[in-house]
Amino acid sequence: MNELFDMPSYLEHSYFGLVGLHLREALLPVLAGLLVALPVAQLCVRFRWLYPPVMWVTTVLYAIPSLAFFVILIDYTGLSELTVMIPLAVYSLVVLVPAIVDGVRSVPQETLAAATAMGLGPVRRYLQVQLPIAAPAILAGLRVASVSSISLVSVGMLIGNEGALGNMLDAGLKYDQPRLVWLSVLGTAVLAILVDALLIVLRVLLTPWMPRGTRKGSRTLVAKEAAR
Amino acid sequence: MTIGPLLCGTCGRSEGRVSISGLSGRSQQRSRNTSGLDSSFNCRGPWSKAGNLCQTRRVFGVLIRIDSVTKRYPDGTVAVDRLSLEIPDRSITVLVGPSGCGKTTTLRMINRMVEPSEGAILLDGVDIRQQPVNTLRRSMGYVIQNAGLFQHRTILDNIATVPRLLGWSKEKSRARARELMERVGLDGALAKRYPYQLSGGQQQRVGVARALAADPPVLLMDEPFSAVDPVVRKGLQDELLRIQDELGKTIVFVTHDIDEAVKLGTMVAVMRTGGHLAQFAPPAELLSHPADEFVEDFLGADRGIRRLSFFPSAGLELLTEPIVAIDATAERIAAAGSGDVPYLLVTDPDGKPLGWSEPGDLTAGEIETDRLLPYGRPFVPGTDSLRAALDCAVLSPTGWAVAVDTEGRAAGVVSQVTIGEAIRGAHAERSADGTATAQKVAP
Repeated sequence: MNELFDMPSYLEHSYFGLVGLHLREALLPVLAGLLVALPVAQLCVRFRWLYPPVMWVTTVLYAIPSLAFFVILIDYTGLSELTVMIPLAVYSLVVLVPAIVDGVRSVPQETLAAATAMGLGPVRRYLQVQLPIAAPAILAGLRVASVSSISLVSVGMLIGNEGALGNMLDAGLKYDQPRLVWLSVLGTAVLAILVDALLIVLRVLLTPWMPRGTRKGSRTLVAKEAAR
Repeated sequence: MTIGPLLCGTCGRSEGRVSISGLSGRSQQRSRNTSGLDSSFNCRGPWSKAGNLCQTRRVFGVLIRIDSVTKRYPDGTVAVDRLSLEIPDRSITVLVGPSGCGKTTTLRMINRMVEPSEGAILLDGVDIRQQPVNTLRRSMGYVIQNAGLFQHRTILDNIATVPRLLGWSKEKSRARARELMERVGLDGALAKRYPYQLSGGQQQRVGVARALAADPPVLLMDEPFSAVDPVVRKGLQDELLRIQDELGKTIVFVTHDIDEAVKLGTMVAVMRTGGHLAQFAPPAELLSHPADEFVEDFLGADRGIRRLSFFPSAGLELLTEPIVAIDATAERIAAAGSGDVPYLLVTDPDGKPLGWSEPGDLTAGEIETDRLLPYGRPFVPGTDSLRAALDCAVLSPTGWAVAVDTEGRAAGVVSQVTIGEAIRGAHAERSADGTATAQKVAP
């Protein structure tokens, strides 16, 4: 069993060390992307004219190949994790910004008017009404961004030992070791599925107020009622 | 029971002909609630001396004064044009008009969701701009179309919103919210539910409870009941009148439905496109004396019929002779049929109406209930209006209306002709109180 997960020394990490590195390099950029996307999206909601140019910019950024990004960034951040993570954060914007904008815009006008009329100022309105109601849309965006980020981390192997499971794949191909190839490919897939499932669970926990699948939901309700 | 003179403080007339039992259910409730509360009200309008109307027209004073207010948008559109309105305290003032008449804009200027371009709005004599905007808003309940509930919060937390904003503790806010759920007729079991689990009517009740949570003196309602079906709407309207009887808020109510305005309003402001006030009057006066053609058009073709809602049906002379029980003897049937009434009303042994029949078709002991003519919807003389009585008579294939007591037992029958005479009589009585139109309606 241990032999299955034994890593060649030049990968500089154990298998689970590589998995951890992979996760960090994939998810930290999504988190950073979210922190940038929230205010940007709020500006886009506040000033409608801003939304098309912002989308245009994020799409163009997404179209830049990661290799080109690396070439530019190496001058500033060297052969480091940061050089891999910055492009990934930028890429996540193309998914996150529209997800948040759509989510915030999906808050019904009446709800907002009611909030205003009850004396909630702009900050309270954003934190207590708009953001919670936009949560399902934001989490849907986070799922796409996280999964795509997990698959993209592998390109980090282009700048040396920063591709985590990507480096393992590279090593497996180079030295003709199918075990490493399989471990890398399956490991990446399992990571993506797990993170996705985790985000689904998070959404369910955060949004008990969402209508669930119609008949099943009402049956659960009836059952609960009966249990009482 | 003669509480008429007691209520009509400034009318100075004790109206003997209209006894309390003749009032509509609504004015009875209202007068019960407010008698002895304050005698400084005054009665306005040409009908103010007619006892029962006077009681529904109590005005305690002016709470909100809209003073020559104009709203002009940057593109030049004028939504409200030099509008002046005095919204009386502790009563329902309805703003009604077609789309684009500025009624919602006017409402939103009261809680500063829209700022007027010119003019001022005074609350209790003080300019509303004197206090911080959110403080002002928290002192005014707001109910909106489709309720506008926070879908991510439970019913209880929705209702507790303003108390929490005002810094009440969580327990106190929730206790208050539970109290309000009961007040608006919501089952306490719904407290932990989310809005999507409620029907439209229930959601709107939550909306009303949420607006009342911090016990604000003013309630602003923006077409609150227009998105629910007619049956639910009627229930919500009755509920609002009941709550208003208990709480005595100053309510400003926006609607495009003139029937709703007439039903709910103590005062009704009819607005026309361009934000002008066409007429500001109690509903009965609106129906009897529309200020101009626009108001008349807006009231619709059947305003005469609708006005009958303000006349009590208690004075109608009911005939009891043509009522026979299903187990009546042959002599009784013969005696009942000997009058000049073309039909007899058959009742069950308890006295509840079953249907009409021609006297010749009835044989004692062999009355078949499925061969009787339907009797339509009966009216209750104490609480229903002449409109209801006339409706019953028109609906009945025999042309006779059936009056029942509150238990549903037949109290008598009355013909269209008698109702017609009562209507003419009521018109003459009202008009004798000062206007010259009396002879027009009473031939």
